Amino acid sequence: MTVADVKSILDAEVVSGEAYLDREVHTACGSDMMSDVLAFVKDQSVLLTGLVNLQVVRTADMMDMVCIVFVRGKEPSGAMIELAGERGMVLMKTKERMFTACGKLYESGLKGGEVSHG
Amino acid sequence: MDEIMTLTFEVPGDDFTRAGEASSAVKKRLKQLGFDPDTIRRVAIAMYEGEINMVIHANGGDIQVDITPKAIDMRLRDNGPGIENIELAMQEGYSTAPDNVRSLGFGAGMGLPNMKKYTDEMKIESELGVGTTVSMRVLT
Repeated sequence: MTVADVKSILDAEVVSGEAYLDREVHTACGSDMMSDVLAFVKDQSVLLTGLVNLQVVRTADMMDMVCIVFVRGKEPSGAMIELAGERGMVLMKTKERMFTACGKLYESGLKGGEVSHG
Repeated sequence: MDEIMTLTFEVPGDDFTRAGEASSAVKKRLKQLGFDPDTIRRVAIAMYEGEINMVIHANGGDIQVDITPKAIDMRLRDNGPGIENIELAMQEGYSTAPDNVRSLGFGAGMGLPNMKKYTDEMKIESELGVGTTVSMRVLT
């Protein structure tokens, strides 16, 4: 699916990065613990999180992710929007809670991706 | 590129929002130099976790990165409190980070294990009250 599909499935509002909505995404990760994102995921393209600070964008950047979805309507800050813009990343927010948001995307074919061992 | 390219960074200790700037800069440079994406990601993640640690535990420090076609060597040095028990610190889930760090998405005791996992060699030298130096190598 594309980032635009993620937007419509989650009835999300794009905060920034409208230009990148046609990018393909295959896997996603939902977490508020950035070290877990850095530890357990490989080739994830979407991050769903309820955490709002600049390190969320940096973490996604280190992982080459293309889209961050903030759940429960959380609002990213100006600094986050700026950094995401520099990195060509889409930021969006959905009113859905984490579990529901992840479930809807999974049901629509987005996978959890490979778990790296050791 | 046959010779060694050296990049150095000061990591400010008092500003959590700036943690990761050095790693981000290194990632960008490696991309320009044409390293493969997997290598770049391993370097970026290991260095980023290290940088976060320097800010959380040691009031900042400095980082030196040596880049050659065969390997990327990172040396993260701080003048923080030192690590009392390195073996324990290496265990997944062990953390001495304060609660406010956890609310920022770190401090789960995954930093050092992640750094070890993503690098080919890692060495920690630490002296209580003096500081810690973490050396990591990623082979290309």
